[in-house]
This record gives sequence, structure tokens and C-alpha cells, in this order.
Amino acid sequence: MSYETRADLGGRLGYGRVLPEPEGELFHAAWEPRVLALTLAMGATGSWNIDMSRAARETLADYARLSYYEIWCHALESLMLERGLLQPGEVDAGAAAAGPHPLLARVLNAADVPAALARGSPTARPGPAPAFAVGDSVHLRSGAVPHHTRLPGYARGKRGTVTAVHGPHVFADAHAQGLGEQPRPLYTVAFSGTELWGGEPGAAGLTVSIDAWEPYLEAAA
Amino acid sequence: MAHEHDDPHDHDHDHSEIGPMDLRVRALETVLAAKGYIDPAALDVLIDSYQTRIGPRNGARVVAKAWTDPAYRAWLLEDATAAIAALGYSGRQGEHMHAVENTTARHNMVVCTLCSCYPWPVLGLPPTWYKSAPYRSRAVRDPRGVLADFGVVLPAQTEIRVWDSTAELRYLVIPQRPAGSEHLDEEQLAALVTRDSMIGTGLALAPGASG
Repeated sequence: MSYETRADLGGRLGYGRVLPEPEGELFHAAWEPRVLALTLAMGATGSWNIDMSRAARETLADYARLSYYEIWCHALESLMLERGLLQPGEVDAGAAAAGPHPLLARVLNAADVPAALARGSPTARPGPAPAFAVGDSVHLRSGAVPHHTRLPGYARGKRGTVTAVHGPHVFADAHAQGLGEQPRPLYTVAFSGTELWGGEPGAAGLTVSIDAWEPYLEAAA
Repeated sequence: MAHEHDDPHDHDHDHSEIGPMDLRVRALETVLAAKGYIDPAALDVLIDSYQTRIGPRNGARVVAKAWTDPAYRAWLLEDATAAIAALGYSGRQGEHMHAVENTTARHNMVVCTLCSCYPWPVLGLPPTWYKSAPYRSRAVRDPRGVLADFGVVLPAQTEIRVWDSTAELRYLVIPQRPAGSEHLDEEQLAALVTRDSMIGTGLALAPGASG
């Protein structure tokens, strides 16, 4: 099965200027906060993990023309349809089809919200010792990735330097595919602007870093 | 392109009209509530949390404390998750925090080129521009051009350091403390710390400037 993300935008040209907004400007329509809350509440039921939901968003066929919360809404419906938690036509009808409906592991109640938000979902785990150390030169893997990944296209095949070692974290690539957490050491890897962008104006005074799991890295000679 | 949805001049229009998305989301919520999958009251608490309790004033208090308390600043740079939790801010989308400090020599800027990763406990929900294609595409390649969109011009010799949050680490920029703020207390200093200055697309306000 081919996998195509439409969210990997770093370094692409032609999107125009950024439109700043005042600090209090969070939503642009009354339905947007409801989508945010529906997504968080359904996420809390444990029916999928956050990396699966990122994968559902970035693979939407019309990602580029949808607004941010439209993307969230479409992905939420798609995750629920895939798991039989929604039936085709239910949302169009605005009513649940006749039951019984699949049961969820848990439901987020109003009283539990503050504690759930304050707890979050830490991703640090016990796991393998790191193979690289601060100061090591590394190459990022190149080529297409046939599943959700957090290795952005602009960094693939580039040479960088490990600037921090963070210990093992849930490996998003595996987690998104339902292959378990598979914790792997996580690093911050920094690239010079000239490594990424050659002689473009401003590249000489620029350093860009990504956070990369160990399977993304190869030792550079 | 999502530009038509992001136009800040369309807001009043969006609010005054029941559109297809209003109907769709209402229908989805009705179906999920009927199945017992969501507690509608929980949705209200979630929304209220991010509209009133969890926002950039939290981060501003962290920065103001770092400006006035050298031991706290050192702790924040060493173990941001713990130092920020000590002020009461923790949890979802801020489980693993890292603070980076602007200096005359180096300016830090944070982006998530792949999605919208953002330190919610200290900054709240990300602004629309942070999630937009123009910002995500250009921040790693032409950060000075992005800064110009925000009206910020830095000296040519300042190094620009861009942090692409590609995993679960979340970054908070500690902006430079503005000149002339020596006499201010922590609360007055926090008022100078803008959301954008903690993302790296802005600078802290000068004392006396209106925020």
C-alpha cells in the first residue's frame, strides 16, 4: 500500500507570506472549538493513539485545501469509520443508527478533564542505550518512507550534528502503524543552513534542528 | 491552499452564518453523545480550559521569573519540564519541555513543519498562522523573511536558530529582557512577554509600549 503524506511542508516554496494575528485569536468559527474538544475527548477513549490520528490527518486527499479544523474533523470521522464507531451515513442523518454500538474502553467525563490535561501523555520510556553521543556527525536516512514518519523531507540525506540525547521515546513511526511503542533513543540533530539550502541568501547564518529517533540516523564518516 | 479559510478579515462573516461545517459538527456531536462516546459537558470544560486557563500568560510568567531569578533561569535551561511544572503548568502537549534563550548573538524560532506541535501548557493553542503552510514551509528556509512578515528585523550578524518540533519535545523561547525594564517587578515584566516572543516570531515589548 502506498502512503502519501501531504503535511511535509518544510522548505517548500510558493505558499506566500505569513499572516500574523492578535494573541486572543484562537478560533474563526463557532464549530472549531467543538471539533477540537470532540477530537480530544475521543482521543481520551483510547480507541487510537495520537500518532494514528496524525497519520489520518496528513493522508487526507484534500489536505491542502482544507482549513486546520476541517482537517481535524475529517480525520476524526475517518478514524471512527475505520473502527466501526461510526456507520456510513450517520453524520449525514444527524442520528445514530440502531444499536447495539461497539463499547469503548473509557469515556472522558467532565470531572476528569482537568486531571487528564494536567497529566498528558508522556512518551519517555525505558529502552535501548543510545548509539550516538553529543557532537557525533550523522547522516539522516534518505528516500521515501511508506508510513507515517517524523523525518521531514528537507532533512533526508543531509549531514548533521547530534546536539542533545534525550533517552528513549515512543517511536512514532511504529506507533502510528499499530506496531506498539517500540521506544528508541531520541536526539536533537542540528544542520547548517548551507547543508540544507546551499548558497541561498541567509543560509550562512542559519542553523536548523529536528528531533530524530535513532532509526533515522546513520554514522557519518 | 487554505488561505481563504485563514483570512483574518473573514471572521465576522464566519461567525454570523450557519455553514455546512456548523451543521456537520453539530450532527457528529449528536451522534457521539447518543452512543455514549462523549460527555458533552466534558467538551465544554475542554474548551473553557483553553479559552480561560491555559494560554500564553502562563508562559509569560515563566519568562518573567527567569528574567528576575538567576537560579530559576538556570533550572529552566537545565530541566524545563520540572521548572515549568513548579509554577503549576504541565501536561498535554508539554510533557517534555525544552527552553531556549535568545541573546544578542543568537535568535531562536520554533516551528512544526509536519503539523502543529506547540507547547500547550505554557502557550495554549497555536495561532492559525503557526499551523499554516506559509509559516511551516518558510520558517526552516527563510526565517528572516518570516520575521519580516511580523515586522521584526534582526542585525545581520545575529545567528538564527530554528527548532523544528518533529517529536514530542516542545520548545519555549525565552526572549531577551528589554532595555529599560530594570525597575519592573515580575508581574509588570510578564506583561511585556508576548506569545509571539515565546515562539520566536516577535520580541518582548519595550516598557511603556502598549501590548
